[in-house]
Amino acid sequence: MSSTTVTKEVSVGDVAARGADLSQGPDGERMALNVGPSHPTTHGVLRLIMELDGDLIAKCEPVLGYLHRGDEKIAENMTYNQFVPYTDRLDYIAPLANNVAYVLAVEKLTDIEIPERCQAIRVLVCELARISSHLLGMGVFGMDAGAWTPFMYTFTEREKLYTLFEELTGARFTTSYTRIGGVSRDVPDGWLSRVIKFCDELPKAIDEVEKLLTRNRIFLDRTEDIGVISKEDALAWGITGPNLRASGVDLDLRKDKPYCGYEQYDFDVPIGVKGDCYDRYLVRIEEIRQSIRIVRQVIDNFPGGAWYAEDAKKIFAPPKEKILSSMEELIQNFMIVTEGPQVPPGEVYFEAENPKGILGFYVYSKGGGVPYRLKIRAPSFCNLSILEEMAPGHMLSDITVILGSLDFVMGECDR
Amino acid sequence: MDQEFAKGLLERYAFLSSRDSADCLSYFCPTDNLVELASVLRDREGFEMLVDLTALDWGQENSPRFTTLYHFYSLALKTYLRIACDCPSNEEPEVPSLAAVYPAADWHEREVFDMFGITFAGHPNLKRILMWDEYPYHPLRKEFPLAGIETTLPAPDVAEVTEASVEPAPMMGGPFVSPAEGNVSESEPRAKDESWTEEVEKTL
Repeated sequence: MSSTTVTKEVSVGDVAARGADLSQGPDGERMALNVGPSHPTTHGVLRLIMELDGDLIAKCEPVLGYLHRGDEKIAENMTYNQFVPYTDRLDYIAPLANNVAYVLAVEKLTDIEIPERCQAIRVLVCELARISSHLLGMGVFGMDAGAWTPFMYTFTEREKLYTLFEELTGARFTTSYTRIGGVSRDVPDGWLSRVIKFCDELPKAIDEVEKLLTRNRIFLDRTEDIGVISKEDALAWGITGPNLRASGVDLDLRKDKPYCGYEQYDFDVPIGVKGDCYDRYLVRIEEIRQSIRIVRQVIDNFPGGAWYAEDAKKIFAPPKEKILSSMEELIQNFMIVTEGPQVPPGEVYFEAENPKGILGFYVYSKGGGVPYRLKIRAPSFCNLSILEEMAPGHMLSDITVILGSLDFVMGECDR
Repeated sequence: MDQEFAKGLLERYAFLSSRDSADCLSYFCPTDNLVELASVLRDREGFEMLVDLTALDWGQENSPRFTTLYHFYSLALKTYLRIACDCPSNEEPEVPSLAAVYPAADWHEREVFDMFGITFAGHPNLKRILMWDEYPYHPLRKEFPLAGIETTLPAPDVAEVTEASVEPAPMMGGPFVSPAEGNVSESEPRAKDESWTEEVEKTL
């Protein structure tokens, strides 16, 4: 029996190369490392079970479900309007955008016409929600990469937004603002001018954040060429939103399948080149600026008229003062509250461009006020699915940056 | 455009049959042709993205009981395509997995397996994703009660010491109806003890 011994000259350079290339197999003992479900890096209750080879990640398995509340089952057991507060708790960083996406899906089943003023209000709150979500996302992302200060700037701005939200909806966080066929109340007096004031102040704060991060050497070293998602991978894994656009795919439903009258507004869609963590940061920062542009255009041409669908008698409950003064409205309100908004049978799939990506609702109705099936297509769920594929080969400390750049929310991931 | 495209699709893929949906193109596909269809949709028809994958349960009394639903999106055509696939068996529903064609299907299929108990043949890692691995039920099936069913705690060591189990939610007679009568300790059994605020019937 002859055996050939393969010898190979090993230089210092080779060892380093072997360390970086995991396909050659582990050099030492592998270590299992558990991160989360309760860990500041994981932005909520995501759990990662990793296998480490030294400092390099060999395997990364995300474990979900720690925030699972059974929203889809709950939806089958309540009327359409009753489910609106549950949509707040999906992407709880941008509840207003979820409210809007949900009612748009249900309204697609009906043939009611939404007045222009209501559509303008919805676009306005969607964009403010996007600003709020990106402010938090980028502030925390900076913190994940070791920069504390930008977080302070973004949170100061976000606080101003929450004051505006409170004035509009009555709640800072869980807004539950929309109803099938309208919104819960009209904009208060003078509110629009306060939004404009906020839009004047915000760019300065964004400039400050950019000064602190965009050309920061440490930040660049931590984010450039880290967590690269190629165009093909991004599409195959169903990544959406800023994460997809950072990879160079031009998909923004506000442009491609306009809803709520987005086609009237002039704005640009930022597209990334490499699809690394740094591109995802740049895309989000630019999206904040574009959202400010949209908000200004909406307010400049703010339509008058009704702020809810007045002729949708079986869908939208009229305002309280009408209910208390007229018999017909009283009955209408009673029927909608007890039986739910009457939606014709059919099925519908609607997607909206939310801050985190594409939020989709599939509604199957057999008629009446309760859906037969409601499926929520959560952007964070799909965006996280690539982690298992992408994380191996990175250093353990990169995981913090990658998770921060994906900007996910476990509320909608686990539903 | 949509109509022409729809006609073309039906001609090219004879196994498709049209399905009545108002909002987007919708077809039935037999389970045997599903993987083939997915590959041609991706490679030839330009549907780059599988945006959503879910299932419908028509209830125990109906057959076919389960239908899986796929929503594809094409960037060039800017259009959605819905494919529905009836599961042949009601007791052990199974459809082929699309995870090899669209990696996005991986987690979606795990979720459908978790919630409906539909297995996906050829899935690389078919296990529960939202509920814990040992959980015995499939919550989105129509016969599963909203409150839940009592089950053993996922942590056996804790269960041994505390003798606790996963209990159904207190529903107090109906979904999301709070009782007009009764005191706090009855309506909210898990709330902290508020009995000192409650009215006690005086014994004469």
